[in-house]
Amino acid sequence: MSQIEIHNLNYIVDGQTILNHINLTIDQGEIVTISGPSGSGKSTLAKMIATLLSPTSGEIFYSGKNIEQEEPVHFRRKVSYAMQQPTLFGTTVRENLAFPYQIRKQEFDEDRAQESLKSVGLPANYLDREIKNLSGGEKQRVALLRNIIILPETLILDEVTAGLDADNRQIIYDLINRLQHQGLTIIIVTHDQQEITQAKRLITMAHGQIKGDEKHELSR
Amino acid sequence: MNLAVNNQGLLLAFSLVLITMFIAYKEKLEINKDLIISVLRAIVQLFLVGYLLKYVFKVNNFIVTLALVLIIIFNASYNAMKRSQGMEHSLRTSFLAIFISTGVTLSVLIGVGTIKMIPSQLIPITGMIASNAMVAIGICYKNLNLAFRDQRQQIQERLALGADLKDTSLPILRETIKIGVQPTIDSAKTVGIVSLPGMMSGLIFAGVDPVHAIKYQIMVTFMLLSTTSIASFIACYLSYTSFFNERKQLR
Repeated sequence: MSQIEIHNLNYIVDGQTILNHINLTIDQGEIVTISGPSGSGKSTLAKMIATLLSPTSGEIFYSGKNIEQEEPVHFRRKVSYAMQQPTLFGTTVRENLAFPYQIRKQEFDEDRAQESLKSVGLPANYLDREIKNLSGGEKQRVALLRNIIILPETLILDEVTAGLDADNRQIIYDLINRLQHQGLTIIIVTHDQQEITQAKRLITMAHGQIKGDEKHELSR
Repeated sequence: MNLAVNNQGLLLAFSLVLITMFIAYKEKLEINKDLIISVLRAIVQLFLVGYLLKYVFKVNNFIVTLALVLIIIFNASYNAMKRSQGMEHSLRTSFLAIFISTGVTLSVLIGVGTIKMIPSQLIPITGMIASNAMVAIGICYKNLNLAFRDQRQQIQERLALGADLKDTSLPILRETIKIGVQPTIDSAKTVGIVSLPGMMSGLIFAGVDPVHAIKYQIMVTFMLLSTTSIASFIACYLSYTSFFNERKQLR
């Protein structure tokens, strides 16, 4: 069943075409890798699926509904977007993991927070660690946990492994695999060669257009 | 009353302006035109307002007093708006913020009997309150524009996690309200040590017992704190949504 359907999507800013007639269908539970040189429009497309930008023309349907008709705050809790080089909030890891609960007016689930820290290779007592004492890779992992501590339906990862070392990347790949097994639809935006060769479905973009859409049998 | 500024005295005091002009001329500061205009404006504006106040105090009519109070608030709002760098509805926001903060503060002062409902008290106090509210709001607008520009990434992240506009903007709102009130808090700390504020100096100048004058100054300190905090709070909460579009995206 298709979860995301993109029809003839265009995005033009100041007379410059960023996205040009994009058509794409992504199934529920699918893991899709979008690659392309910088400026190819891949990040813009990802932000558009997450309703952080609105298209100039064309439509994106999510579970059959036009996302421009959806209430954005509610929608972004279902379709979670994680960005490159994120900034952490406040002073401790706890404040960051509590944020998704706080915005939903829910009580913070400390057990779940500790479990999720362990799932990305961080000790449970990191909950009260000050963010200034975290390494770059640890920060990225904590930031990612904000997106998934309350599971979304779809996760969009916009170059989240950029600038990370091999160990940190592997931890994130493992997490992505586990999330896919839990039924999440995952969109990975990357220009990392390893991620591209391991992609199950690779969408290649250039100059705001989709130039290639290939499926591979290789598993991560 | 031992105040003695007569016309002749004023004319002689004008020599102080001549000193400024002399320095400006010698140093080629090219500010003489601006200086003359500002001095003339000050003289004309103050004379006009002096005669206006004399009239308003004499007729002692509630409607006339209220009209003057509203004019002061409108002028303050208009000037605050100019600091907003094109934020949506900033005149309306400024007017509401100054009107409510001034209204609350005046009501309390009148309610507890500190000031009376007479024009000679109501109008000068309104001027003091409204001008402080205006400055506080101007600082808030400046900081909001700065923060929403510099913290784009954090704002995007909060939005992406599904935060509503208020949760997204909360850290900026808190910081901005604090910055808006901070000058009033700072001046409250140094009042009497560094500065002898205008109202207190004026009363002492006019021959009022200094102990009596400080009581008024304490009241002024209280009222400025309440005004700047209420005005900053209202201005921030009414304007942060203008940084987002109807799809709750950062503009």
